[in-house]
Formats: sequence, C-alpha cells, structure tokens
Amino acid sequence: MSQEAQSPMTLLYTEVEEELRAAVRGLLSGRSSPSEVLAHVESAASDGAVPYDLEVWKALGRDIGAAGLLIPEDLGGAGATAREAAVVLEELGRAVAPVPYLSSAVLATRALLGAEDEAARDLLGRLASGEVTAALAVSFAASPYTPPLSAVTLGADGALTGRVTGVIGAEVADVLIVPVAVEGSGSALYAVDASEARIKTVASLDLTRPIATVSFSGAQGRPVGSAAGVGDALLLAAGLLASEQLGVAEWCLTTTVAYVKERKQFARPVGSFQAIKHRLADLWLEIVGARAAARNAAALLGAGEDAHVAVAVAQAHCGVAAVHAAEECVQLHGGIGMTWEHPAHLYLKRAKADEIALGTPGDHREALALMADLPGPVN
Amino acid sequence: MGWDEAAVDERAQAFLAEHDPAKMERLDFLRARFDAGLAWVHFPEGLGGLGAARGLQAVVERRFRGTPDNNPGLITIGLGMAAPTILAFGTDEQRQRFLRPLWTGEEVWCQLFSEPGAGSDLATLATRAVREGDEWVVDGQKVWTSGAHHSRWAILVARTDPDVPKHRGLSYFVCDMEAPGVEVRPLRQITGEAEFNEVFLTGVRLPDSLRLGEVGDGWRVAQTTLMNERVAIGGTPTRRTMIGLLSETWRERPELRTHALHQRLLKLWVDAEVMRLTATRLREQLAAGHPGPEGSGMKLAFARLNQELTGLEVELLREDGLAYDDWAFRRSDSVDFLGRGSGYRYLRAKGNSIEGGTSEILRNIIAERVLGLPSEPRVDKDVAWKDLPR
Ligand SMILES: Cc1cc2nc3c(=O)[nH]c(=O)nc-3n(C[C@H](O)[C@H](O)[C@H](O)COP(=O)(O)OP(=O)(O)OC[C@H]3O[C@@H](n4cnc5c(N)ncnc54)[C@H](O)[C@@H]3O)c2cc1C
Repeated sequence: MSQEAQSPMTLLYTEVEEELRAAVRGLLSGRSSPSEVLAHVESAASDGAVPYDLEVWKALGRDIGAAGLLIPEDLGGAGATAREAAVVLEELGRAVAPVPYLSSAVLATRALLGAEDEAARDLLGRLASGEVTAALAVSFAASPYTPPLSAVTLGADGALTGRVTGVIGAEVADVLIVPVAVEGSGSALYAVDASEARIKTVASLDLTRPIATVSFSGAQGRPVGSAAGVGDALLLAAGLLASEQLGVAEWCLTTTVAYVKERKQFARPVGSFQAIKHRLADLWLEIVGARAAARNAAALLGAGEDAHVAVAVAQAHCGVAAVHAAEECVQLHGGIGMTWEHPAHLYLKRAKADEIALGTPGDHREALALMADLPGPVN
Repeated sequence: MGWDEAAVDERAQAFLAEHDPAKMERLDFLRARFDAGLAWVHFPEGLGGLGAARGLQAVVERRFRGTPDNNPGLITIGLGMAAPTILAFGTDEQRQRFLRPLWTGEEVWCQLFSEPGAGSDLATLATRAVREGDEWVVDGQKVWTSGAHHSRWAILVARTDPDVPKHRGLSYFVCDMEAPGVEVRPLRQITGEAEFNEVFLTGVRLPDSLRLGEVGDGWRVAQTTLMNERVAIGGTPTRRTMIGLLSETWRERPELRTHALHQRLLKLWVDAEVMRLTATRLREQLAAGHPGPEGSGMKLAFARLNQELTGLEVELLREDGLAYDDWAFRRSDSVDFLGRGSGYRYLRAKGNSIEGGTSEILRNIIAERVLGLPSEPRVDKDVAWKDLPR
C-alpha cells in the first residue's frame, strides 16, 4: 500500500493555515526583519544578554495565539495541530526570528501533554495563554531514535541534582520541564522554576538560538507525571523542524535570486550566467521537495497517525536542503556574503545548527534503513 | 652555476654553522639568510635566491626547521602575490627596495584589487590614477582588503585611461599605505572578527617610481599576481592539514562515529590524498617555470575539500558542533585556521571559494583557458570603459 493511500489529508496549505501565516509574517516583517534580528543579536551580545526578542515572542505567543496552538481547547489552547505549528515555524525560519517557540510551544508543550497529571494540565493552561514560557531540559542535539537518559536525579530529600547540556530556550523560560531518573520507577517529568537552576549560555554557532547548560544542585521541583511524552516531543519537534528548515531555505533562495538579478559583473546581471541559473534551478527543485516532505510530516503528525517514516524523510531531506541553500546564498553574494553586516550568515548558522538538532540527516537515514526495510550489508 | 640538491644543502649547512639563531637577533638572522640566497632559492642571486630550481627550496626548509621564521601566516600576500609580481615586472631599484623586508616580514603587504563594483569582473574597476608630473594621484574605494590594517605596502590596480576598453586602461602600482589619504576601516566577517577592510583612497599621491610595469599594462601584471595567488592559496604544502585534524578527532572520539559519516570521511580522505598528489605534481611541473592556468584547478579543489571537511567536522561533533569558540569583534593578525574551533573553520572556509577568484570564475578559467571552450559572448570587450553600462 502506498503512503498516499494511507493519508487522505492534503499537502497543500488550507485557508486557515494561510491566514495564520499572514498574521505571523505580518508581525515579523514589521518587527523582526533580518537586519533587526542582527541588531538585536548584537545589542544583546554587548549587554551580555541572550538574543531572544521577548516583545515579538509575546506578540506571537499571546496576541496571535501561537503559544497554545498544540494545546487542546479544554486546557485553554487553540486545539490546532502540527500543521498549523509547522506554518508558524516556516515563518520563524524565514525570519530567523529569535523567539522560544520551538523550545516552549513545541518541545516543552508536547512533553507536558504526555505527562497527564493535574499539575501538567495546569501548566499547559498557563503556557497556552502565553503567561508562562517553558523549556525542555534535553539536549537539542538529542535524536528521537536514541532519547538521552536523564542526567538529573532525585535525591532522598526530594531535591533534583544533575546537569543537562545543549538546551535551547532555557534562558527565557520561567519553568524548566525536566526528565528525572527516579530510582525504582524509571523516570518522571518534573517542573522546576527557572530560578532554581543555574543556566549558563554557551557561545553558540547559531546566534539566534543559542544553547545553554542547565545545572541543578538540590533544586526543588514538582512532579507533573510521566516522562513518556519526551520521546514523542523529540519526534514532533524533529518533524516540525523540517518546516523551519524550509523557511530558512526559502529566504536564502529568494534573497539570492533577487541579488543575482541586481548584481552586475561583466556588464550583465550575474544571474544571467547559465552556471548560476542552473544551480538556482536545482536549489529551487530541492526546496520544492522540502516543502512536500515537511508538509507530509506535519500532516501525519497532526492527524495522530504513524509519522515515523514521514519525519525521517523530512529531516533527512530538509536538513541538507537548508544548509545547501544557505551555503549557496553566501557563495552567490560573493564578498558581501562573508560579512557580518549581511544577514546571510544568520541563516547559515541556523541551518548548520539545525542540521545537528534532533538527529542528523545521517541518523534519520539510518532510521529509515529499518523502517523501509533496507538493511545494511551483512557481516 | 647549476645548483643541485647537494650543493644547496651544503650552502644551508655552511650558513647555519656561521649563524647560530640562538645567539642572534631574529631579524638579523632572517636578513642574513636572505642575503645568503637561502630565502627562496628560485629567486635570482642578490634577491634572496640562488637562481636554483624551485623544488630545491624543500632542501633548505629541512635544514632550517626550528629556526626563527618570517611569520608566513601574516605575510602570505607579500610572499605569494607581491613578490612574484615585483620579481617579474619590477625595476632593479624596486626589487632591491622591496623584496628583502617583504621576505623577512619587516614590511607586510596587502592587495588593493577588489572594489564594491568590481570583484569577479576586476577589469571593470573604477579607482582612478591621474598623472601629475612625476606623481600619480589616486582616488577610489577598495574593499575586502585582507590585512590592510597592518600593511606597510599594497599592490594596487587603478584605472589610468577611461577612454579605452576596460582591460587596456589599467596600471599597476605599489601603494604606500602610510601616505596621506589612505584610510582603512575594518569590516567584520561572519566569523566575528575583522580580517578584511574597506580602504578609501582620497587624493593619494604616489611617485611614478612606485609603478610596476608599463602604463596601461596593469591587467597583464595583475594576471601574474592572480595566477600566483591561486597557487598560494591552493597549492602550498602545509604540515598540519584539515584532513589530519578531522582524522584525529575521528580516532579520539569513537562515540561520535556513524556508518554514514564513516563513508563520507573515507571519501574525503581519498579526495585529500588525491589533492595532495595533484599539488605535488603541479609543483614539480612549476619547478622551473611559472604557474599556468592549472593552478586555478588546485584552488578550486582546495576550496571544495576544505568546505566539505569543515562541514563534516561540525556535524560529527554534534552537540559540541552547536557551540562556537569566540564571537569577539577583533582585528585578526593572521588566520589560525586549525587553532580555532570547528564552527570558525566551517565559517571561514566559506571564504575559500570567494577570495582570490570565486569557484565559478575559476571554472570559467579552466573551461576557457585549459579546455579551450569558447567564452560566453562578451558585451563589454570593445567598449571604452567610461561607456560601459553600470
Ligand atoms: C575572505 C576574503 C578575503 C579577500 N581578500 C581580498 C584581498 O585581500 N584583496 C582583494 O582585492 N580582494 C579580496 N577579496 C575579494 C575577492 O577577490 C572577491 O570577493 C571575489 O573576487 C568576488 O567578487 P565579489 O565579491 O564582487 O562578487 P561578485 O563578482 O559580485 O560575484 C557574485 C557571485 O556571482 C558569481 N559570478 C560572477 N561572475 C560570474 C560568471 N561570469 N559566471 C558565473 N558566476 C559568476 C560569483 O562567482 C559569485 O558567486 C577577498 C574576499 C574574501 C571573501
């Protein structure tokens, strides 16, 4: 049976999704253009602050309601699906917007949805309204196929101790959602106020989404239920990251096409040279594929169907496509592409970091070996 | 006299027997080495060389290992570009004046070629040099000038005749970077630091004695520089290499290994070895003569390999690859490529396919000059520069 026969939903954008896109794009083009993002990153760096733009996050999360998209209506969310969240991420990728959407509204939210205790439901309500921002204390480099064992343990006194590296969005989180190893019963999910943790931002390749090391030493936390949702959170985030990668790639292609039409060398636009035209045509094709694969992953995740193959395909393709697009963007801008002043580098850094995040393209291909029944050589 | 390996080796040994670097000032040692013809043996006698085959330099380097060096990382433009051009086109006075302090590193050089409007199409550049008696008055803007902030001299191409087609109206100068009217402003790079600069030239007066080659012959002189630049970037053997560094990481971090990365690493290891052998062969070819368009192939191969290797390194390192060593905005003295972190290497290597002629331009050069394929129709060839569309 082909996959198509299994999934009746469309790979196109619905009207509702287009409206959501327009709202997010409207917000970002007014308040988070690439040059504004760069200026923001710079002023944050000189103040020793983190690069997140909390004003834009508030407008996105509360006013547009993006924070609660994945949270059911009875908990105060919008009861939307991964499809809508994917559209938000496309736009955030296109703008390399420094907001903690993926970390709070996707990763932490999905982990809490699997926790089920009343405390989790209560927290989800506050996440939905945008009142609270959360972060999942798991490395961004973790893959959904080998979720990391929790490095945080519960002491006899009920306090938490341990250190988690590579965490995104922790600096702007009010609450950390922490998988905790519990003696006897495996693992549980805890909510820990950010003030209970030591959060140290690491100088990061991705200037617009740095990683941090989160340490707990005798921190007080509240158990919120099972940690079973952590694996699902990683899978969902990996699937949705493909849409962010699509957005990154699209900005790079659009910006490059505009530039090579304008930039003249040898008394003609450099985009008139066939060597350039063919490369950009190939890139366009790769991005067309990225959109289809990212949409498919979002659709299956959204419908609650088995999305493992779709996520692996989307990640294996989109991770590479975004890096390729960003690298072409730098190259085809010539010297300007190597400058700090031009925003191309923000996209290159985001694309390269995203390639590592939530499983590398190699991890996703390897996972497909099993799922598509294409075993490796025998020996 | 015909120099062979034994004779060169003997001369190097004799020099070292008389000059103990431990008992001499570094600069005195380097100057004496230059004067003994052991700086670059293929240069003529009296100019730091012996008139020997280029390949015999390796014999000297072996003997001089561990002695004070001329900080080659800082003076690559001088060594790789300015020196061969001065040798080929300079007058005797110019060669005597410039080559020795260039080689010892006392005077650093930079390259004032690219402009905002003229990169790949260098010949369309707009910086003007107008003759006034025995002087030239230079006005214009250069960009992407690596190392301008610590340079004493620059090689400069400027337009001396706007009324003829673009390639014919250029002249080549040595620019005094301390002359009034030279202003250097740093440009920050994607790596965080400022390796390159904008250079504004406003009414800069250069004596005619700083002209290299004939008036109007600047394009031909610049070609010599560019051919040498591409060999300098692509074909120079280095002791520590990117493939070596990546291989060390691979060996030391078994937990990072995957089948997919293993296959890529092995492919790149072969590519690196093939490139090393190609470069060795090219050097043997050049031993007597001058670099030809084949040098462009080396730079193309180097850029691609370095970019693939550094991209693989970041991916291999996973969470460590998400970190970056230092974003501080500072003016760098030299490129410590292997000494920095993986993210720096990944980003800096992006410049390898842009600096010194982009990979697209190098492919055109190979297609047209090596393979003899016809060029694309040229709309600007017979048009006076001043009438070109902008
Ligand atoms: C790190 C770094 C250091 C540098 N240092 C120096 C220096 O010290 N001194 C100096 O003078 N310059 C220096 N440069 C400048 C460099 O030589 C130019 O950037 C380069 O020649 C390209 O010119 P451009 O930036 O104007 O790009 P453009 O020429 O505008 O090119 C834009 C894009 O179009 C492509 N393109 C252009 N023409 C064609 C064609 N005919 N066919 C196909 N594609 C084409 C190019 O390959 C490129 O991808 C440096 C650059 C870098 C990145």
